Amino acid sequence: MTELLKVENLKKHFPLQKGFLDNLFAKEKRVVRAVDGVSFSIQKGETLGLVGESGCGKTTTGRLILRLLEPTSGKVVYGGKSIFSYSKEEMRRLREKMQVIFQDPFASLSPRMTIGEAIGHPLKIHGLAHGKGAEQKVMDIMEKVGLEPASFLYHKYPHQVSGGQRQRVVIARALVTNPEFVVADEPIAMADVSVRSMILELLIRLKEEFDLTYLFITHDLATSKYICDRVAIMYLGKIVEMGPLKEVFSKPVHPYTSTLLAAVPVPDPKFRRTHPIPKGEIPSAINPPSGCRFHPRCHLASPECSREEPPLREVGKNHWVACNLR
Amino acid sequence: MKTILEIKNLHVHFPINIGTVRAVQGVDLELRQGEVMGLVGESGCGKSTLGFSILRLLRPPGEIVEGEILYHGRDLVRMEEKELLSLRGNNISMIFQDPLTSLNPLFRIDEQFIETIKTHDPQISKQEAFKKAAQVLESLGISPERLLEYPHQMSGGMRQRIMIGMALVLDPDLLIADEPTTSLDVIVEAQFLDLLNELRRQYDLTILLITHNLGIVAQLADRVTVMYGGTIAETGKAESIFGNPLHPYTQGLLASIPNIKLDQPELHTMEGSPPDLVAPPPGCVFHPRCPRAMDICKKERPKAFGKDDRIVRCWLYG
Amino acid sequence: MRFSPAAGLGKLLQRFMGQGKKYGMEWWVMIIGATIVLAIVIMAFCAPYIAPFSPYDQNTGPQLSPPNNIHIMGTDNLQRDVWSRVVFGSQTILRVAVLAAVLSSVVGITFGLISGFAGGNLDRIFSLIMDSVYSFPGLILAIAFAAMLGPGVVNITLAVAVIYIPTYFRLVRGQTLAIKEELYVEAAKAIGATNRVILWKYIFPNVIATTVVVFSMNVADAIMIEAALTYLGLGLPPSVVDWGMDLAMGKKYLPSGQWWLITFPGAMISLLALGFTMLGEGLSEILNPRLLER
Repeated sequence: MTELLKVENLKKHFPLQKGFLDNLFAKEKRVVRAVDGVSFSIQKGETLGLVGESGCGKTTTGRLILRLLEPTSGKVVYGGKSIFSYSKEEMRRLREKMQVIFQDPFASLSPRMTIGEAIGHPLKIHGLAHGKGAEQKVMDIMEKVGLEPASFLYHKYPHQVSGGQRQRVVIARALVTNPEFVVADEPIAMADVSVRSMILELLIRLKEEFDLTYLFITHDLATSKYICDRVAIMYLGKIVEMGPLKEVFSKPVHPYTSTLLAAVPVPDPKFRRTHPIPKGEIPSAINPPSGCRFHPRCHLASPECSREEPPLREVGKNHWVACNLR
Repeated sequence: MKTILEIKNLHVHFPINIGTVRAVQGVDLELRQGEVMGLVGESGCGKSTLGFSILRLLRPPGEIVEGEILYHGRDLVRMEEKELLSLRGNNISMIFQDPLTSLNPLFRIDEQFIETIKTHDPQISKQEAFKKAAQVLESLGISPERLLEYPHQMSGGMRQRIMIGMALVLDPDLLIADEPTTSLDVIVEAQFLDLLNELRRQYDLTILLITHNLGIVAQLADRVTVMYGGTIAETGKAESIFGNPLHPYTQGLLASIPNIKLDQPELHTMEGSPPDLVAPPPGCVFHPRCPRAMDICKKERPKAFGKDDRIVRCWLYG
Repeated sequence: MRFSPAAGLGKLLQRFMGQGKKYGMEWWVMIIGATIVLAIVIMAFCAPYIAPFSPYDQNTGPQLSPPNNIHIMGTDNLQRDVWSRVVFGSQTILRVAVLAAVLSSVVGITFGLISGFAGGNLDRIFSLIMDSVYSFPGLILAIAFAAMLGPGVVNITLAVAVIYIPTYFRLVRGQTLAIKEELYVEAAKAIGATNRVILWKYIFPNVIATTVVVFSMNVADAIMIEAALTYLGLGLPPSVVDWGMDLAMGKKYLPSGQWWLITFPGAMISLLALGFTMLGEGLSEILNPRLLER
């Protein structure tokens, strides 16, 4: 398999907005270490899940990969070249191949553009089609994602259709330029429960049909289990475990991964959880714990864990873990 | 087990400019002492509206147009405002989805507790009230010094626990929890569920757990009621609903959610989307999406079939 | 069945009344405002056909005669028919006020969009300039400009236009700042849209709704300012027919009991301003729920 995307030691620190005087007198600039040294690669044709709780840095990583944010340091290599060295024009052309599906379909569509205009806009921007040709392409993709009757919905506005249909519009817009790589950021989190499986199935089917590669960002482990080939678990700006999904989920190595998996509420009353749940909550990303970031909440922590920050080590075939005890 | 709350034929409407939203259409529900009743359904099915109706906390233009809500035999719908006020917090409490917006950001936590306590017992001294608040927090595993903090100084999970504290400080026998974990991360959610389990034993609490998350319902609820489009689809013991769902909606729903413990080669997908409550379909409100809809389903609303604790509103069982 | 125009009209009326019921008071306020404005606009367009005399004709009848059958609004000191002057005066005032409003809005909206979107120092400079202009009482500023620029229809239009630019600027800048952070703008960036495209296709259409309302109020205000300027003798040469001018000239004759010289032009000024205000107010109430229809 060829490597499509490679992320190398990516970091994004957001400056803390404090008062004028604080900035004058502060010795060290305080920052939020949203993404603090993340590295992974995505092979063409696979679905990599970026999984973690809120504040772990998964969404920020997604935005960095799309260059909607500039990094503090690190590289993102796409098609052999670092995207942060692309010119504005090159970047624009890259966006034809690299698309995104955001979490909130209502918020990601302009309320004053019809569905047809919204979906067709990328075609216009990249000069891929015009006039009747563009219209036809839009209708085609609308049918592919299940927005039917296409000629009727073409002229509707986002607020005139259902939530499930809106998400289909967003998906159609992402695919109309025939991209190679799609970043899906919590694409089903805001959909109604009975509609979620439909969107998931649609994403899977379209991946086959369009020969896509996905980066699937989510906090929902059960969903990631269903759609991802490989998974990277993030905690406080770092990847703690990464590998083939079946293996990571059935034989988790990092204590955080096993805790996460155990904490997911199972829709089966016969099943009761036995794994210990840590007390407390995720610490702030401004002052992360020393050494291994998970050590204050880890049921297996040893004194060394508060001193040494463990690097990612290969523990199985393409299975990496950042833990001092494994 | 004693029935402490009984909802009979409740109808709640929201008259808005494009028509009337029939949020709740003829719902019957029974809550028994000490149980956790999971009220599940997706957004717009009326479950939150139902929860708010119990304490008459509906936002205008919402109004209860028909039905009774009997709390220990007294009808809450027709009760005098003054009497209802004394019930709120004291006998029936409610916690909401987003603790950041449910707590007053301008006041310290202890002040908010004391206000709640003093509202129901004006004679009590500030020190006494503070002691009560500290006691509750201890039972929640929170150190009493946090009483001197402000809401914004706390994390989401902590604020949610403070909210439970405020809801329980006056020792009510019924707690209504509206989507209490939706804004929480999965580990904090697990902590919260453990906490609720602890508390219900400690306080002999009855909990109405309103949520769209079938996972937490399975972990916590004794009985489950499934709602769809403003009506009840089915109700019964948790094992029965999950193990043997009768209503096609429940069956479809359970088959469509990813389960982390199972190997699911393919997820079931449900056609269509939740109904328009301004103009709900005639007959059974689910029939447009039902794979087993019959002629009668399109014309008449299904009656309740079944016995004892297991009831389903579907013509397939008539 | 043949299509009956009466039935068609009936249906239209039914829908019309239905809208009224739906929106309540605001609908009627808007309709009344629109009617007034429309009536005066028609008057302006059809001036040559409505006015019995030329507004310049100084021989229409006896001097300073009160309203009667021939001169329904009387005559002035130069023996001109007041009604004819009122009719033709509507052209001037509409032209100046509407043109001034259009100028203001185009300049104000453009700068508001650019400033809000660009941010940084550019935004700070523009905001400073606009806030300074905004802090002056409108009329004073208009007087200053008019005095500086001298008389003439174009100059008075410019003087009036300048005052409102900051209003549009602030409104549009504020909205742009908010919309800039919306997810659909980020999505537009992600599909490769340039800044210009984002401003024009994504931000501008979402900002324009509130500016329509401001426009209406703008015209109402511009009418008053224009009348005030000409009343004060700044702005228009005497050869132009104008309500404000007539108001100034008629002032002298009020003490001697000749009320019709200032009353009619004065009433027209108020009426037109009221019409636009009602239109704007009603529109604002109606558009607001739509805007919040999310």
